[in-house]
Amino acid sequence: MAQTLGYLKESPSQTAGPYVHIGTNPNWVEITGVWDKDLGLVLVGPDTKGERIVVKGRVFDGAGAPLRDALIEIWQADAAGLHNSPQEKRGAADPHFAGWGRQPTDAVTGEYKFETIKPGRVPYIDGRPMAPHITVWIVARGINIGLHTRLYFDDEEAANAECPVLARIENKARVKTLLAVRSEENGLPAYTFDIRLQGEGETVFFDI
Amino acid sequence: MSDQGPFIQRNRDRHPPAYTPTYKTSVLRSPQHALLSLGNTISEMTGPVFGHNMLGPLDNDLIRNFAQTGDPIGQRIVVYGRVLDENARPVPGALLEFWQANAGGRYRHKKETYLAAIDPNFGGCGRAITDQEGRYAFRTIKPGAYPWPNGVNDWRPAHIHFSVFGHAFAQRLVTQMYFEGDPMIWQCPIVRTIPDKAAIEQLVAALDRNATLPMDAMAYKFDIVLRGRRSTLFENRMEGN
Ligand SMILES: [Fe+3]
Repeated sequence: MAQTLGYLKESPSQTAGPYVHIGTNPNWVEITGVWDKDLGLVLVGPDTKGERIVVKGRVFDGAGAPLRDALIEIWQADAAGLHNSPQEKRGAADPHFAGWGRQPTDAVTGEYKFETIKPGRVPYIDGRPMAPHITVWIVARGINIGLHTRLYFDDEEAANAECPVLARIENKARVKTLLAVRSEENGLPAYTFDIRLQGEGETVFFDI
Repeated sequence: MSDQGPFIQRNRDRHPPAYTPTYKTSVLRSPQHALLSLGNTISEMTGPVFGHNMLGPLDNDLIRNFAQTGDPIGQRIVVYGRVLDENARPVPGALLEFWQANAGGRYRHKKETYLAAIDPNFGGCGRAITDQEGRYAFRTIKPGAYPWPNGVNDWRPAHIHFSVFGHAFAQRLVTQMYFEGDPMIWQCPIVRTIPDKAAIEQLVAALDRNATLPMDAMAYKFDIVLRGRRSTLFENRMEGN
């Protein structure tokens, strides 16, 4: 028999279940007094650099019903395209922007909403610039392993057209499932990013 | 092992597939297209950082962090372990969030309809950040099993839910911990979404008599493994990748 390599195996995923918010957003489900503030609700402060935007949408199941028990996390670069992470080796990100956010979907409407900034461009593996994007991660009851996707901006046509990740989507009709649609809300650019788990218009999800 | 390389490909044979009809809610919530293989860009190889200074003194004490009039009902336990990566290296600074039902199997949640009683002294949430050796520990009461609407008579084994942040968004994981010796584990439709028995056993915490606090609390050891990075032994990569 050969020598063993000594690797461990990743712990398997299990669904977050219907009560994920007890652990992630206890104040939101009226478990107060354990800690003051649920994490990830606020991304921007007065000193954050970059263009303020709103990102919002809903997550639909295969029957077209919005998920009202999901949890959405986002992770993104700052306005200069740098991540606020020790793993970011290209420079120091804006100290006033953590780049991570987390919101439950509304228990009635199913809508999620983040106030954030428009991210800068980040290089792909080969150094070519990717189009501005936000990493989106979804967990909920009935989702056995968290789903990774990306939000791109529909008003970044030139950048989107040369994004090496979008170029990898063979079925071009599916590219638009990753494009958030620009409108306006309270004087801010607002991008609507609806996520379809299944069926017509199913969002492109990634194995990362 | 390198700190720079992309993550080892996720072995999806050890994870539940998206579509698992015996867990009925997955039927309409499972993508039907194949996932698009992206691999890691900088967007996935980075991740948020959480400092120890954000923790309150009772964040890892579910016996005390919601108590109003006394301790919660139930068997007192300590859950402890390490967060490691696939290269068997500790993951320091990992944020763990955990949530659970009370000793009767009831969650403190508006949508929860199980008739077991709410415990006025139990909230059911806590969190911890691993130390330099990847260690964490928290104190709680052992959760009860509970029935759930799936089959006409399905029950969940006693379990604690975990959310884990490693150093990169590619490592993000949500899972559940079960208890050694519980016969309910093997009949649970959610457990059985995992196709590999050895993978299931990786989620079963071992009763640790040596770490048990005499006259106080039983101890369970639960290690969590996150994805590890590939070693880049002979790769010349462009600056910034
Ligand atoms: Fe549960």
